[in-house]
Formats: sequence, structure tokens, C-alpha cells
Amino acid sequence: MLKTIAVRIVLGIITLWAVSVLIFAATEVLPGDVASAILGQGATPETLAVFRHELGLDRPAYVRYLEWFFNALHGDLGIAMTNKRVIVEVIAPRFMNTLFLAGYAALIAVPTSVVLGIIAAINEGKFIDRFVNIISLMTISVPEFFIAYVLILYLAVQFEIFPSLSTVFPEMGFVEKIYTTALPAFTLTMLVMAHMLRMTRTSVLSIMSQPYIEMAFLKGLTRSQVIVRHALPNAAAPIISVIALNLAYLIVGVVVIEVVFVYPGVGQFMVDGVTKRDLPVVQACGLIFAGAFVGLNTIADVLAIMVNPRLRHPR
Amino acid sequence: MKLFGYKPTSTAWLGLAIITVFILVAVFADVIAPYSESESVGQTWDDPSWDFLLGTDNIGRDMLSRLIYGARMTIGVALVTTVLSFLIGTTTGFLAAVGGTVIDQVLSRIVDVMLSIPLLIFALIILSVFGSSIMTLILTLAVLDSTRVFRLARAVATNLVVMEYVEAARLRGEGLWWIMRREILPNALPPMISEFGLRFCFNFLFVASLSFLGLGIQPPYADWGGMVRDNGKAISFGLPAPLWPALAIAMMTVGVNLVVDWILSINSRPSGASAEM
Amino acid sequence: MTRDLNETILKLTDLRVEALSGAVLVDNVSLELKRGEVMGLIGESGAGKSTIGLASMVYARAGCRITGGKVEIQGEDVRTLDAEGRRERRGQRIAYIAQSAAASFNPAHRLMDQVTEMPISHGLMTEAEAQAWALELFRALDLPNPDTFGDRYPHQVSGGQLQRAMAAMAMSCRPDILVLDEPTTALDVTTQIEVLALLKKLIRDYNMAALYISHDLAVVAQVADRVMVLRHGKMVEVGETGQILLEPHMDYTKALVAERKAADKLAMATTTTREKPVLEGLDVTGIYGTFKAVKHVSIAVARGETVAVVGESGSGKSSLARLLVGLLPCVTGEVKLHGEVLPPSLKNRDRDTLRKVQLIYQQPDVALNPRQTIGEIIGRPVEFYFNRSPAEVKARVAELLRLVGLPEDYAGRLSTALSGGQKQRICIARALAAEPDIIICDEPTSALDQLVADEILKLLKQLQDTLGVGYLFITHDLGIVRRIAHRTAVMLQGEIIAQGPTADIFAPPFHPYTEKLLSSVPEMRTDWLDEVLAKRG
Repeated sequence: MLKTIAVRIVLGIITLWAVSVLIFAATEVLPGDVASAILGQGATPETLAVFRHELGLDRPAYVRYLEWFFNALHGDLGIAMTNKRVIVEVIAPRFMNTLFLAGYAALIAVPTSVVLGIIAAINEGKFIDRFVNIISLMTISVPEFFIAYVLILYLAVQFEIFPSLSTVFPEMGFVEKIYTTALPAFTLTMLVMAHMLRMTRTSVLSIMSQPYIEMAFLKGLTRSQVIVRHALPNAAAPIISVIALNLAYLIVGVVVIEVVFVYPGVGQFMVDGVTKRDLPVVQACGLIFAGAFVGLNTIADVLAIMVNPRLRHPR
Repeated sequence: MKLFGYKPTSTAWLGLAIITVFILVAVFADVIAPYSESESVGQTWDDPSWDFLLGTDNIGRDMLSRLIYGARMTIGVALVTTVLSFLIGTTTGFLAAVGGTVIDQVLSRIVDVMLSIPLLIFALIILSVFGSSIMTLILTLAVLDSTRVFRLARAVATNLVVMEYVEAARLRGEGLWWIMRREILPNALPPMISEFGLRFCFNFLFVASLSFLGLGIQPPYADWGGMVRDNGKAISFGLPAPLWPALAIAMMTVGVNLVVDWILSINSRPSGASAEM
Repeated sequence: MTRDLNETILKLTDLRVEALSGAVLVDNVSLELKRGEVMGLIGESGAGKSTIGLASMVYARAGCRITGGKVEIQGEDVRTLDAEGRRERRGQRIAYIAQSAAASFNPAHRLMDQVTEMPISHGLMTEAEAQAWALELFRALDLPNPDTFGDRYPHQVSGGQLQRAMAAMAMSCRPDILVLDEPTTALDVTTQIEVLALLKKLIRDYNMAALYISHDLAVVAQVADRVMVLRHGKMVEVGETGQILLEPHMDYTKALVAERKAADKLAMATTTTREKPVLEGLDVTGIYGTFKAVKHVSIAVARGETVAVVGESGSGKSSLARLLVGLLPCVTGEVKLHGEVLPPSLKNRDRDTLRKVQLIYQQPDVALNPRQTIGEIIGRPVEFYFNRSPAEVKARVAELLRLVGLPEDYAGRLSTALSGGQKQRICIARALAAEPDIIICDEPTSALDQLVADEILKLLKQLQDTLGVGYLFITHDLGIVRRIAHRTAVMLQGEIIAQGPTADIFAPPFHPYTEKLLSSVPEMRTDWLDEVLAKRG
């Protein structure tokens, strides 16, 4: 089993490297000249040349990639083109903010949706199942900013319970921070909960149709015994991957939510970067998001390997 | 009444009705819309009245007319993207399943790497280089989205390839193309159809989100995501202006999802959880 | 508790089970079971045997409902009890042994925990007591290393052992009644006999009553005192086992018995003059990864003859077929057709070569594309190999359908609406459409019900007589071999250990394995099992 896990981790590292190549390639090697794309049609050849030199674009792509890659390994993500600030210094506190918001939402969403998903599955076809099914279907169908604006309209503007903008700063106390970020956290929670719930339900249902569950009922076990002892241990692996998948989804969901609530995180920073076409910023943010995504998936796979009885107890 | 030999549920009918209405609105936007797409006809954020049924937007354009024109743009872009994505994804997916280990490995590894970057992030990176013309938007999203379609098409086809009727065709000496077209495709259609609905919803929300971020469909075209962005500030005055386009987006996806849910339920059987104890 | 031998322990009265769709699965079935008695439930698939077995535990699968009748265990109608009451009876009074042990054990728990779970959760024994009892059962069931056997996980033991572990699990509460649902069907014949003997001993030693569900009359004959024959959810006939075997009353039962008895006799005259072989495998070896599935095998088939390849699962008989048609490349030796060496890989064989050797599969369900009409399925080889015009193809399809005994108007239908036997006929028609010299039949009847299988065998024989096609017939069923094969090859672990005219293979001197195989096939008399066991000591 250790070997299987090691292989998976190495695979994760290779993926991460491949992702870095892809991000770099997408921004620098794709057809079309970055410099003229940024400076626009009116740029003179001289300004273009100066600009290219400034960006180091006159050197071969692989040299620039290696330089960028090894700097990134040392924690140096370069300098922003637009305001010449060191990207790491700007990104670090923002990254903490994003993690805070995502973690906040995950802490509410994961337990609630896993429990609700299991409840819906074991009551398949009954009222509670259909109710949860319809509600989650609605939530999935709705764009994230719709939920956000409805929450703002009612909870912030009409009843003034929570602030509509989630401006946080480092000196803020923990409780105040929780309060200020309540609305974006709720929005995110609703967003991933519906997905996670439906996927949990599906994976528990597929376990419930296995012959050994029928056998457990025929052994005269109570419903709760069957579920706790026979269904859940086998549902663990699929549920773990459901959670990981949705945490990854959460990270992406953060981007839009941060913009709606003007929350100082990496997502908002990245959208700014894209609008201003600040490539080093876009690359850095892309690398961080992709890294978190790959990391989560790797952890999920490792956990799934660890709970698989066939791998834990080889023949 | 029956559809494809099955009787739709009441929720499926609701979904079908929503989709039909929205598509009709999109096609006949010129005829239905009371005002033009881009002309300011009132004040900023006028309240709903007989003149402006849903009020006006941030620069005094009629909200309803913009919603109607927006249907065309938002649904159209998402639809074209999804069709394109399915053409790419299904062909490559089937090829990976039928064409042997080497083709499969190469295609699958490329897709694996592309899938390890979240779609939104990947799209943002590419749009930051190319800017957001409608063509780049559609192409980028279609290529990125096709990786998901590839996964499903490959999985479905892999399950079909091991079927003995496919082996029988191979033993007969049939070519790859014939096998993909005649043996695999007809049997892969049912799961692919419900996936088409889901991918459409996803792309539709995705285009809306990008436009909301100001990186999708660009003015002067009306589109629902962009309209939410333009009118976002109204919310802090307690005005519902951004909710109208957001609601339109939500209704469209709810409609498609209701139909997809029904299609999926046709093929699913009750699990052991509902046995008589 | 007094154990009155004449006490009726399980009584089903007018039992009725319906699907939610309205179809009647079990229609007014009644039966009575006394202590120490075993009743066999016999029938083809869809006869409702398993549904009755489950219904006697007052359990209905998802999508089904018990809609009428009484289920009495020792005089108490369990159907009238509440959920809690039914649950208490299950496992404790009446226990279930399923066909697939591999699927019925939870992969996440050790065998010991699953075997002792029942008595502990029913509050009958402490953990220590339950484990001691489980060990005793493991010993009684001849499981290897009984002391440590329970520490293993289901995927760590073999199929035969798992089936016995399931018997131990069913016995863990010392129930009064056992429901055995095809407990040996998934096993090889040589394993089946051991498990069968152990189950029989178990039922006798612990003086239980049992419902024994099976599709094989000969198997049921060894364990059952009485037999109930079922068809389409209705009772056809009930009687003492001996009476059912020797003098059945109803036509359906007569047909079942006659068919099964035919398998015991050698029917095929061995052809003396052999034609020149058409398809030959010479010293062929095939590997999957590092596993040698077929080792240096030589075999030949001529036109007009049937060569059977017989062996248990994993013996490499299907791999041999794949090797001959080119799906599995041979690493040694060569495959010849009409004396010419064929390219090892399918891709390099030309159309005419492919045409001459056709394959028929075990599962007609997956051998026919569910989205093509029967006309397309049968017509495609005609069009592909012979370049006929659409009108000619249509005429040929009609001719082929007649040949396999199906109406011509089936050409426009999809295969999904047909029965298993009809589907297999379509597969045969598709093979014949190529006008082959040799048809390789890979267990073509083992997925079919007994009587249907019989008809397919007759059809194959008749086609051979009229068309002169040669068959390489792969099977695990010695009864079929006896009935249709001119020559037979016995395979074991990838090798052919005996080969020759069928009459010679089935007459002494035997190869030891052939003898074991032969003696493991249940025969249609009640004393067969005891006799074999006595012989083997």
C-alpha cells in the first residue's frame, strides 16, 4: 500500500510540474505576440522592442520558463508589470485571506452536506429525499452572484444584519473577521453544499444496491446497523473524493465571490491582473490555484487508497 | 403525451416549457423587445412602470429589452460552445477508447494535465493573453470544456468496446471509423444526451460568470452576466435591478436541469434502500 | 425446546409477490416444511424461485412487494408482525445463503466479524461464545487453518471457501430454517461436489429444515426430500424427489427430466474417417501480461465435425478460442487455415480468412448491438464479405432467419425484445451469414435455460448436417460434450491433458483429472452424491 501511495504522490508532483509548463506555455508561447497584444495596435516598433526587452521576451522561451520555474520554487513569483511590486509580498496576505474564507465555508459545508446526503440516500424516494433533491437542484442551477445579491439585498441592505462589503485587514480580531465575512462564506457554503450533497447521496445509493447490503438486512440487522457497519465503511472512499472534488470547486468559486464582496483575496487579485493584462500576476495566481487543486486531489486519492480494504490487506 | 417513448414528469414539463419560451425569446428578440438594445430611454434605475415593465438599468436603458436581447447572446454563446465542445470531446474520447493503447495514453495524459487546472483559472489565464472577443471566448471554453466531455465519452466507449458485439465487428474486419460510428455512437447517445444538458448548464453559468467578472461578452452587446455586473451597485440602494438578469440565468439553468433530472431518472433503478423490510 | 420431528416449521400459504409495475412474480404458491426436511425449488430463470426464498424471510427486493398470503414460522404469521418482529426472525430463525458469496460479503470487514455479527447483534451470544461457535463451524466446514481463517478479508480467500464461510455465517445463530439460493451454481464442478456434500451434512447434523433453490435437477436430487417445480411464478408440480425424477406427472417436468437425462448418455457416433483439418493450432502459447493462459496446445478441426474443448473456469479454454481467431497473439507455434499459416494478429488477416472462421459467444445479450435491427446485424456480414445489393442482402437475411427457425419479419425488429434463446439464434444466423467453414462456439448455451439450451444444441447439430460446418465447441459441461462432440480435448491449467475421439475420452483408462471431472457431474438419481463420497472415502 505504501508503494501505491508513494506512486500517487510522485504522480501529483509530476502533474504539478506539467501544470507549471502548461501555465507558462499558455501565457508566453501561444501564437500571438504578448507585447503587441498588451501595448495595442498603435505601438511603434521601438516601444515594442523596449517593452520586449524589459519583459525578457527577447530570450528563448525555455530559458524564461526555467528561470520562472526555479524562482517560483524559491518562492519568488516575480514582479508585477503594472505597479512593479513584488508579487509574493502582495499575494501572501491575500492567500491567507482566501484560505480563511474557503476554510470557513468548508467547515460549515462539509459536515452538513455529507450528513444531509446520507440522510437523503437512506430515505430514497421519501419526502425528505425529494425535498432535499429539489432544493439542491435549485441551488446548483443558480449562479453564485445571484445567491450573493439576494443575501446582500435581504441580510445587508434591508435588515442590516451583516455588512455588504467584506473588507478585512490584518489587525482585525477573529470574531469580527468571522462576522464581516459571514455573507461570502454563506454564499460559498450554499454553492458547494448542493453539489456535495447530491454526490454523497449518489455514492451512498450505489453502495446500498450492493448484494452485501441485502445480505446484511437478511441477517436481521437493524437499519441503522446496516448503514453504520456495512454501508458507511464502503462509502468512505467515494465520499472522500466527493469532498476533495468540492473543496477544489470551492477554491474556484472563491474567485467570483471575492469580486462580489470586494474581499481582498487571491481571486480578486487575479481578476484584476487579467483585466490589466499583468501576466506575471496572472501566472502566479494561476500557479497557486492550480497547486491547491492538484494538492487536494492528491490528498483525496491517498486517503481513498488508505481506506480501501483490498489495498490495505493484500492477498 | 409522451416524449422519446417516455412520459415526462410535471417538473420535466415545467423545464421544457421554460427552455422553449427562452429559446423563442432569443430567436424573435427583434420582434418582441419594446426598445432597442443599447439606447438610453429613461433615467438611471427607474422603477418598474407601464413604460418600462422591469424598470431601467444603470444608464437608463430598458431592462426588459436588454433581457430579451441578452437571451440571444448568453444562450447562443453557451450553446455554440457546448456543441463545439461535444464535437471535439466525443471524437477524441471515442478514438482513445477504440484506437489502442498509444493513442489512449497520449490523449488521456494531455487531458489529465489540462484537468488539473481549474477551468475558470485556465480560462482567465488564456483570456488575459488573447482578450475577450466572442470568437476567442467560444473557442477557449469549447476546448477547455471538451476535456470533460472527453472523459465521459472515453469512459462510456471503453465500457462499450468490451462488449462482444464490438469484438464481433472487429473479427469481421470492420474499420475503426465504422466501429465508432455504427457500434459505439448509437449506444453512447443516451448518457451523452443528459451530459449535454449538464455541460450546457455549466457553460451557460460559466459564460455568465466570466461576463460578470468583466472578462466575457463585451459591451455593447447585452448579456445577462454583464447586466448583473453593470447594475451590481443598485443593490446597496435596495434596488433589485441586478436580480432580474440573475433570475433569468437561474431560470434557464433550472429549466435545463429539471429536464436532465428527468432523463437521468428514466434509466436509474431503485436501490436496495427502498426494499420491503 | 422440544424438537418434534413432525412439527411444521415453515408454512407458506397462497404467497403472492408482485412487481411495482404490476407483473406477478409469484402467484399463489403454498408449501410446508417440517423439521429435518429439505425442499428443492426447481425452475428456469424468471420462475420466481429466489423471490419465494426471500419472501419466506418476508423480504422483497426493491421494486417488488409481497401482496398476499401467509408466511408462518412455527405457526406464527411473520407477515403480520411489525418491522422489528420480522427483523428478529431473520438470521435467528431463518437464514439465507446466496449464490454469489463474493458479492454477499462486505469487503470492508474481516470474515470473523461478519460471521459473528448475527448472534451478537441479536443478543444470543457474547463475542467470545460467538467466536468459539464460529471456529467450530469453520472446522465442520473443512475450512483450511480454521483458527486463523476468520482473520482474513473476503477478497483474500477462494470462491469455494467463501461459499463455505457464508454457510458458517448462516449457521451462526443456529437457525431452524436455511434458505439456500443456488449455493453451488457459481462454483466449478469439482468444487461444487465438496460444498454440496458439506451443506447436506450440515443440514442433517443440525436437524434443520431447508429450502434449496436451483436450476439443476440433478443437484437438487442429491439434497432434497421433496421437489417443487416452478414456472412463471406458478407451481407446476410438487412431489417426493424420487417420484419427480422417475415418474413426473406434468409435461413440463417430463421435458426437464428428459433433457437432463439425455446429458448422461453418449449420443454421438464418432466419425471414423476424418477429413483434412481446416483450422489448426500447432503448439500455440498465449499470454496475458505474464500469465500463460494457454501452454503449447495443438488442436485441429475439420469440416463437418465437432471438437469439444472442456475444462473448468480458468483452464484456458476461452483463451484458446481467442488465440485461434487472432484476438490474443500466439507467442509460440502457429495457426493454420486450410494448411496456410495465418498472421498472428487480427489486423493482418484478410477478409476472406476472417470470413471462414466465425465465433458465437456465451452471452447473446452483449453479442448483439441493442441499437441495430436484426436485419442490419445479420445483413452486415453478407454485405461486407460478398458485396451484395440491398435487395439480395434482404433476401439472404430472410433465408438465414428461416434457417435458424425464426420468422422472417424479425428483420425489422431490435434484438432487445427477444428472449435469450432467440438472441442466440440471431448470433448463429450472423455467423452463418459469413458462410464459414468453422464456427467457434464459446459456451453458447451456458447462459440459457435448460430446455432452451437443448433446442440450440439441436439447431447446431442440424445445421452441421445440412451445411457441413465444423464446430470448435468450448464448454464446461460434460453432458453437452457427450451429446454433440465427435472429438474431445480436456484442458487443465492451460494445457490439453487428454485428446481424442469422445468415446475414448469417456471410457477407461481415464486421465486422473478427467476421471475426477467425470465423477463430479451430478447424475439424475438421489443416491449419486452418497455413492461418490463413499467411493472417494
